Amino acid sequence: MAEHRRGDLRDITHEMLSKGRELAEKNGASLTALLLGHDIKGFASKLTDQANEVWVVDDLRLKNFNAEAYQRILSSLITEYKPLLTLIGHTAFGVDLAPRLAIELGIPLTTDCLDIDFEGGVLSVIRQMYGGKVNAEALLKEAESYIVTIRPAAFEAKEGEPLGGEIVDVASSLKEDVKNKKFIEYVEPSVGDVDVTAAEIIIAIGRGIKDKDNITLVQELADALGGVLACSRPIVDKEWLPKDRQVGTSGKTVKPKLYIAMGISGAFQHVAGMKSSDLVFVVNKDAKAPFFSVADYGVINDMFKIVPALKNKIYEIKTIT
Amino acid sequence: MNIIVCVKHVPETAEADIKIDSEEKSIELSGLVFDINEWDNYALEEAVLLKEKHGGTVTAITVGSEDSESTLRKCLARGSDKAIRLTDKRFEESDSYAIAKILHSVIKNLPFDLILTGVQADDVGYAMVGPILAGLLGIPHATMVKKIELSDGASKVNRELEGGLEEVVELKLPALFSIQTGINEPRYVSIMGIRKAMQKEIKVLSLGDLELNKNDVGVAGSWIKIEKIYVPPAEKQTEYIEGSPEEVATKIIEIIKSRGLI
Ligand SMILES: Cc1cc2nc3c(=O)[nH]c(=O)nc-3n(C[C@H](O)[C@H](O)[C@H](O)COP(=O)(O)OP(=O)(O)OC[C@H]3O[C@@H](n4cnc5c(N)ncnc54)[C@H](O)[C@@H]3O)c2cc1C
Repeated sequence: MAEHRRGDLRDITHEMLSKGRELAEKNGASLTALLLGHDIKGFASKLTDQANEVWVVDDLRLKNFNAEAYQRILSSLITEYKPLLTLIGHTAFGVDLAPRLAIELGIPLTTDCLDIDFEGGVLSVIRQMYGGKVNAEALLKEAESYIVTIRPAAFEAKEGEPLGGEIVDVASSLKEDVKNKKFIEYVEPSVGDVDVTAAEIIIAIGRGIKDKDNITLVQELADALGGVLACSRPIVDKEWLPKDRQVGTSGKTVKPKLYIAMGISGAFQHVAGMKSSDLVFVVNKDAKAPFFSVADYGVINDMFKIVPALKNKIYEIKTIT
Repeated sequence: MNIIVCVKHVPETAEADIKIDSEEKSIELSGLVFDINEWDNYALEEAVLLKEKHGGTVTAITVGSEDSESTLRKCLARGSDKAIRLTDKRFEESDSYAIAKILHSVIKNLPFDLILTGVQADDVGYAMVGPILAGLLGIPHATMVKKIELSDGASKVNRELEGGLEEVVELKLPALFSIQTGINEPRYVSIMGIRKAMQKEIKVLSLGDLELNKNDVGVAGSWIKIEKIYVPPAEKQTEYIEGSPEEVATKIIEIIKSRGLI
């Protein structure tokens, strides 16, 4: 299930096709990219190298994502063609679509998967629990068809030999307009005074900051380092910092030269927004915090001890030079 | 406006020293502190805010053992009028699909205009129960909801998409929304609220009371079966910096300086 929004194919599309290709080759199956939307021929030609076939359903009513409309098309196609596996992104799009589609069709579904495999005709997946502290290997109930939603960035979008897939136009099975759910408009995220995506140095705080008043401490450190203060989602939910400082899937994607995380556990939705940082330090008092696994340097300690020490050190250097 | 809120009693694990149990199928739960799932906390608050604005009742409902009564008591203290707990030995090892069926078997017989759930549960994080329940009930749904406006028989909600972008969607009522964190500011429980909540009754139902049989629930009624859990492998070779805060700070500054960042 290809995903696109406002004129762009989303990365998850290529990631799923890459994994889908690997599974198809291993199981002697063929790989189809399914594109729903309006005026999407451009996307179709971009996907021909990554799939055996690219199916296009063009309908004005599919222009913007609408789980109800998409579900109708998908359920009729899945019922007719019985794919072994349907991959959907574990995204705002897929979370709205996949569970209800599975229920309508009576097809087993599992979500937010990091890996998928077939073992003796049974589908097994790997997914995370407890905010990424634990991985789970799970089996799906044996069935003829499965639906799996895929965690963004779990798979690399590899460039293989071009598959030269054929573009197939599929008639839209939408007979009447969708009645229950109607897309109205997009609302842009607010723009603030600081652009964290342009920052070379980011100090990010999470729930470990405990109190709004403690933010000044870390802001001073950020200032001393010539960096910018960013944060995890709970800090924005509490309105301690504005939304444009939030790093992660529902916030900003940043690529600074230096990212220092303080009191952030490292949930995938956060890490996805900073993974491409050049140099990552993680300060967390919990040695088992998942964030350490993507850090270059880890400090298992109380941030309220490390922050003042760091600040003093920088002031020291600055007064000497 | 009758609102049903589905809540889950979950262990707080962000700061806990998690241990995998000997069967490697779950973590050791003893010693962990349990509370209402973070997303459900926002869902409950939203339900109470909507009730305060439009009138009506709020019913909190959970599938869980006796321990989860503390979460229901919290809901009652925070403005829920009724509470229902669904419990049975045979519900154990139910996945999101089976849980949604259990909830459905009760909710379908209740009067409601709106059902709220959290986007996902803190512990297992499938993000499935809400939309599956809506599918079983045959009512419209929207996930990841950050704003709700209700009018006669219809609703307008903002769904939060990637990058902070939102989409506004119109849905007919009754509907189910899965609530995203930050939609409101959950209130603190007042002493009065706690006292009142202690006197309220929690209705307890088990499999025999529901129009379900044992194959609908537990492992038999589930799609997903956990085979094994383990600590995730590290993605990077992390170097740990040890010592006193001063020593740690000195080392960090050295590294940053060597990269020309100071
Ligand atoms: C659809 C969706 C989208 C989301 N989008 C985002 C997003 O864009 N960005 C985002 O960040 N999250 C996002 N989340 C939320 C995400 O799943 C996590 O809940 C969130 O990232 C947790 O934030 P945290 O690490 O600050 O808090 P917690 O997980 O509570 O972690 C706090 C950490 O602080 C540590 N700590 C506490 N005190 C100290 C101390 N004194 N010193 C050192 N360490 C300390 C603890 O050990 C713990 O590891 C999203 C979730 C969903 C469902």
